[in-house]
Amino acid sequence: MKKFFALMMAAMMVVAMFAGCGNAEADAGTIKIGMTGPLTGGAAVYGTAVEAGMKIAVEEINAAAGEDGLKIEFKSQDDEHDAEKALNAYNTLKDWGMQFFAGAVTTAPCLSIAPSAVEDQIFMMTPSGSSEKIANSGSNIFQMCFTDPNQGANAAVLVSEKNLGTNIGIIYDSSDDYSKGLMQGFKDKAAELGLNIVCETSFTNANSSDLSTQVTQCKDEGCDFVFLPFYATEAAQVLTYANKIGYEPTFFGCDGMDGVLTSDGFNTDLAEGLILMTPFNPDAPETQDFVAKYQAMMNDVVPNQFAADGYDVIYAIYDACVATGIDGATPAADACAKLEEYFATYSFDGLTGTGMTWDASGMISKIPAAVIIENGKYVAF
Amino acid sequence: MKKLLSNKTTRTNTITYLVVTIAFLVMQILSSLGMLGSATKGYLVPLCAYIVMAVSLNLLVGVCGELSLGHAGFMGIGAFTGIVVAAVLKNVIAGDVLRLIIAMFAGGIMAGCFGFLIGIPALRLRGDYLAIVTLAFGEILKNVIGNLYIGLDSEGLQVAFSAGSVELLEGGKMLLDGPVGATGIEKISSFPMGFVLILFTLFVVLNLINSKEGRAIKAVRDNRIAAESVGINVTAFRMKAFVVSAFLAGMAGVLFGLNISSLQASKFNFNTSINILVFVVLGGMGNILGSVISATVLYILPEAMRGLDDLRMILYAVVLIIVMLCTWSPGVKNFMDRIRTSIRAKLRKNGKEAVNNE
Amino acid sequence: MQVLQYLINGVSIGSVYAIIALGYTMVYGIAKMLNFAHGDVIMVGAYISFCVTNYMGLPAIVSILAAMVVCTVLGILIEKLAYKPLRGTSSLAVLITAIGVSYFLQNAAQLIWGTAPKSFTSIVTFKPFSFADGALVITGEVIITIAVSILVMVGLTLFTGKTRMGKAMRAVSEDRDAAQLMGINVNQTISMTFAIGSALAAIAGVLLCSTVPTLQPTTGSMPGIRAFTAAVIGGIGSIPGAMLGGILLGIIETFSKKYISTEFSDAIVFAVLILILLVKPTGLLGKQVQEKV
Repeated sequence: MKKFFALMMAAMMVVAMFAGCGNAEADAGTIKIGMTGPLTGGAAVYGTAVEAGMKIAVEEINAAAGEDGLKIEFKSQDDEHDAEKALNAYNTLKDWGMQFFAGAVTTAPCLSIAPSAVEDQIFMMTPSGSSEKIANSGSNIFQMCFTDPNQGANAAVLVSEKNLGTNIGIIYDSSDDYSKGLMQGFKDKAAELGLNIVCETSFTNANSSDLSTQVTQCKDEGCDFVFLPFYATEAAQVLTYANKIGYEPTFFGCDGMDGVLTSDGFNTDLAEGLILMTPFNPDAPETQDFVAKYQAMMNDVVPNQFAADGYDVIYAIYDACVATGIDGATPAADACAKLEEYFATYSFDGLTGTGMTWDASGMISKIPAAVIIENGKYVAF
Repeated sequence: MKKLLSNKTTRTNTITYLVVTIAFLVMQILSSLGMLGSATKGYLVPLCAYIVMAVSLNLLVGVCGELSLGHAGFMGIGAFTGIVVAAVLKNVIAGDVLRLIIAMFAGGIMAGCFGFLIGIPALRLRGDYLAIVTLAFGEILKNVIGNLYIGLDSEGLQVAFSAGSVELLEGGKMLLDGPVGATGIEKISSFPMGFVLILFTLFVVLNLINSKEGRAIKAVRDNRIAAESVGINVTAFRMKAFVVSAFLAGMAGVLFGLNISSLQASKFNFNTSINILVFVVLGGMGNILGSVISATVLYILPEAMRGLDDLRMILYAVVLIIVMLCTWSPGVKNFMDRIRTSIRAKLRKNGKEAVNNE
Repeated sequence: MQVLQYLINGVSIGSVYAIIALGYTMVYGIAKMLNFAHGDVIMVGAYISFCVTNYMGLPAIVSILAAMVVCTVLGILIEKLAYKPLRGTSSLAVLITAIGVSYFLQNAAQLIWGTAPKSFTSIVTFKPFSFADGALVITGEVIITIAVSILVMVGLTLFTGKTRMGKAMRAVSEDRDAAQLMGINVNQTISMTFAIGSALAAIAGVLLCSTVPTLQPTTGSMPGIRAFTAAVIGGIGSIPGAMLGGILLGIIETFSKKYISTEFSDAIVFAVLILILLVKPTGLLGKQVQEKV
């Protein structure tokens, strides 16, 4: 058996080494964009959505480029929502000859890759990594989505402006930086605006399978407005349980909750009246082309804002390359310097907003949008 | 007979050290010649950490026969201790190597202390009950570290269990930020240091196994009651192995933590513990070189299969099951043995004929 | 009244743990192995039930039966292919294989059903009972889950106590070699155990997802670990113990979330587990086995 092992090890080593040596020839007509994201495991739903959105953009661009236009070669790698695996995935892409890095999807992998991207001077734009720390890692790191505290603050402003509730409850995921960042941003702004928060309760990813206690707590405290800064998976649970016990406050979610309506088998009646902040509306006329392509690719699943962010990232990078004359032969570091300069004055129109601009640290500025669910559809709020 | 036996162990140990050293030299040479891709270079340090984890767990599972499902918890304690220590010493000690070594020992000692604390209740239990207690401790540690906030400013360290309680002065830095974990970690680990840590681990573990105490530990594993009846202090030996194992896991954690720029407590969950256990079982219980090799193979296998996209993890699972069946199943073993004997018999026959023909 | 509501919430999630723990404990008691793939069989059961109701439009009861049939076949297949060849070797080897099976099932589910979570429609259709003007609400799922887990517990106790097959199982559990000498077909008995355990997993999957409606490939893993903990608290191998452990775990979890800290509730749950094991090293209702020299 020992021999069997030794042989296997030798074989693996050889494979691993040659995998590292396969530096392909740079082709001037094709730029290389790489992406990492959780394609397997618990967070796979976000990774696969971003990946599909990006693939659609790449297909569109390559089809439109024709014979002589600039094309994109795209490669995605699984990071399993793990900081260590993400770095391996990024290195694999680097060996492939990646010029631009359009990842990662979730925050922890973004934070582990960002210092390497800064060191290698590879232009990085994350579609959905929303911690402020990501853009602050370096001048070549950009974000396509809002940062968490910003979005939380935007939510508080909206609550105050539209007078959505007097007794406010918050349920958040204390083991998740996204959720915590939003909660903190919301709370700080709410204090400033004089909103009355009466109940603040949390869960962790290890005990998120049962949220009945938290919902009951909000009910006991008499909350007429509950802020839910977390993902669709847990939101469905909260809505279902609240419905069971006949609790009907105004529920308010953030962009992570996008997709709650379209999860297979979900009773959309439960989400009636739910307000959420999302930059992407799959029911709007201008997104229908994208929605149709996505559904064709992903077995009729309706795209959420993750997919749309991914789609926008590819277009943002591609358009900037065309404008600055970058092609497949431009070394990654040169391309990075050019794009960094270009993004300072760049105004980009995409699926998730128009007239998007980036500040010096790489954070995005776009108009916050909210929707309310009426008759099972998103309606601009 | 006794001499022969000791020679055999010496030989096995020498081979172990040799294999590790040669592998290190080969990788170093390839690296200096620029023949390694970034991906391969990126594997090296985590791989060293996992090898140390596997060897230290083997001491517990293979040599002592105690099933532990929370080994990653010790790695986590070590990692976060090391990160804090390395950050605190940044302005005190200039050399990265020295700082790393101090951090490693700090992480190891911290993990060892926790190992001792956990060992007190855990070692009163046996078998699967011990396993669940180690699992429980792993989960508790993950939960507590995930809610720990540590900040550093000119006045010193601040530790708290809620985000608002740490108020830093100008220029202060959050070293550990609850669920966000540690970010912006300075990478001071290196492959040569990983290699040194492996050698240190092998030295500690192999010496412990081959010492008088090691034989006592093995006697306890094979038959606890018999061992007790000849006056071996079972609990003391189990505790020693437990603490040493935790200490080494803590050091591995420091090596791992100071090689990555962002680290969360959730990394050290049940799944990581299980992965390390897989390394140990597949490499062979009590077989130290086996642990080294299987940690290497199993760490690189999913990375090398990246080209397979969607099918990658499912094929990894299939390979894992098949290898387990091939290496452990009595049926398959008999089958392989039969083939081997028949081949050998044939060879011998051919050899004889060749001799006869001459 | 408030305390009562939290108690009911605790019993609700606890009874789901209990029914998963029954499957764990059954397999452990007889096959003497920690089947870490049990949680994933639950996930498969829930997916089958989901597909039958949502894609084929058949009634809930048919979907449960379909899930039970599929899971039973799956359980027997797993046992035959992955566990049986390793029988008689180290229990750790089987544990690792079980983990391999667990990875396999999760990734296969992702390939088949995709990554997007499904919203499971509860099989319980009647309205929740509401007392004291809605201050106390008992949902239909709680009643059904508790009723089913008690039914399963009693059924299993009767089965192992009275029937020929059940007695054979107990014999195999006590002493495999002696059982074989008495003419019991050990392999068949263990296969039967897996079949029953997996059928229970299907029911548990449907009940789990009726209580907690999100269904994705990793749905089974966390409740699986919780249920394993529950089984150990009750004394692994003991059928009433699994029930007791599950309910107790659910109540401890809910109360520590409410009255101590939501952030540290995991730590509290596991700390209680350790305390219980210190006082009763083989769990609350576990048998103290005398070691033979």
